[in-house]
Amino acid sequence: MDGPESTQVTLRRRARPRRCKLYETKGAVPCSPPIAFGRNSWVLVRFEDVSLRYGAGPEILRHVTYHLEPGSFHFMAGPSGAGKSSLLQLMYLAQRPSVGSIHMFGRDVAALSRSEAALMRRRIGVVFQDFRLLDHLSALENVALPLRIGGQRADKVRKHVAELLAWVGLADHLHALPPTLSGGQQQRVAIARAVVARPNLLLADEPTGNVDDRIAVRLLYLFEELNKLGTTVVIATHNETLVSRFSHPVLRLQAGEIQLSRSAPAGSRSTKGSAA
Amino acid sequence: MLLRRTDLPLDRDASGRFLPWLVAVMVYLAALALICAIGANKVVARWDQGLAGRMTVQVPAGESGSDAHAGAILTALTETPGVREAEILGAEEIARLLEPWLGTGAAYQDLPMPTLIAVRIDRTAPPDISQLRRRLTQIAPGTVLDDHQSWLGKLLDLARSVQLVAGLVVGLVGASAVTMVIFATRMGLSVHGRVIELLHLVGAQDSYVASQFQAHALRLALRGGVLGLLLAILTVLLVANLLGQGDAVALPDLSLLPIEWSLLPLLPLLVALIAMVTARLTVLRTLGRMP
Repeated sequence: MDGPESTQVTLRRRARPRRCKLYETKGAVPCSPPIAFGRNSWVLVRFEDVSLRYGAGPEILRHVTYHLEPGSFHFMAGPSGAGKSSLLQLMYLAQRPSVGSIHMFGRDVAALSRSEAALMRRRIGVVFQDFRLLDHLSALENVALPLRIGGQRADKVRKHVAELLAWVGLADHLHALPPTLSGGQQQRVAIARAVVARPNLLLADEPTGNVDDRIAVRLLYLFEELNKLGTTVVIATHNETLVSRFSHPVLRLQAGEIQLSRSAPAGSRSTKGSAA
Repeated sequence: MLLRRTDLPLDRDASGRFLPWLVAVMVYLAALALICAIGANKVVARWDQGLAGRMTVQVPAGESGSDAHAGAILTALTETPGVREAEILGAEEIARLLEPWLGTGAAYQDLPMPTLIAVRIDRTAPPDISQLRRRLTQIAPGTVLDDHQSWLGKLLDLARSVQLVAGLVVGLVGASAVTMVIFATRMGLSVHGRVIELLHLVGAQDSYVASQFQAHALRLALRGGVLGLLLAILTVLLVANLLGQGDAVALPDLSLLPIEWSLLPLLPLLVALIAMVTARLTVLRTLGRMP
């Protein structure tokens, strides 16, 4: 089996069950900790007048102001070099803004200690554009990484991860090393790693770049299902065709500036984010 | 298949090849230094115990014969408070003492030999040595009272020097271990920068990364330390065997007591502990400087 469409998956909707489950399984999947909101209690992510430049170079992002509500689903679109990856890096705390403030989960990220930033990152799942799988670890071990870092027991982790990999169609590749997998398979391993710990926020940078359109749509359905379970999702892509097939709002980046728009078919879904 | 316990491929690093050997050499040197220090300590203790409470009085041979003086000195000694026993050494005993220098069957009877008096004193209430020395000199000028202290003092100085050198060697070994582990750890941090960055991005604390480096350093140092200790023990057994074949009463005694043997394994454990703590602190400090 080589694709997520080959596995029948039933996802629970919206209301989070007492024992959280990302997908149909006999075992309980660990839930993300409840979001503790502070002063900005109604937003998950808030950017206020954020600019970013690397060293003395030009500004990659200029006066970006927007916020995301919990449970929202956004595409982030724009041409290559528009700043999509940089914006995502700010959101997964890999960069600090040159100017402006960022609040995540009700906390000012500038005030976070290294330890607090690490704990916050556990609530954020990231699908990197270049996958960033560890070549010396098997697919199973790569996907298990966030759970192990979170201190979960190895025996429970193994069962849970194996089920998740089966769900994304990699049941026969549990012990395969990433260099032996195709681009699409690596991408699915990366996606499984991003969602395995049930993050509150999922950020995906061109997650469909290495798969054909059919698989790309299936992967987006996967993200939608995750979103229905309460995870806030942001997907950066330059594939406008794909964006137009879904009704989610789009954060458009153009030359470092951001605008919010709705993708077609419009009106089928309420937007939970806004940009100034 | 069990899940891998380390996320960093540290086993493939060059440090995995050179660190155990360097630690082995260091532990080898430190173990030998410690055994030498223990040996020197034993020599001092042995001589100290053998000579403790004993003095030798040497009455020079005079024209009128030393026997008269020797008798007076013997009387004076026995009357001195704190002296338990005084005995004039016989000719056979003197011959035995002179044998190493003059050889067997030497015709020393014609030589003007001094009379030797072996004295045992009460260690708990010893006599006033300087006063006794003055008194004996008054009875027979030229009489020498040897309480062995200057000889023992020099031996003690030698033993202390050996112990000092051993301490320095152990200290240098510790410092070298720390330096090597810092170097190897920084190299590992540099080589695995991208993996470490990924671990951070998926929520790893600095302590999580540090725990992998410290476990790696502990393994390597322990492996090298045990090897070095085994080589040191083999060397000591070999040297002790060679020493045991000769008549070397003044040489260090390298036969260790069970308690001393049991202390030696602490050396590689100590070095491994130093390596572990150093690796941890290096990682935490280096990562802590990162934004």
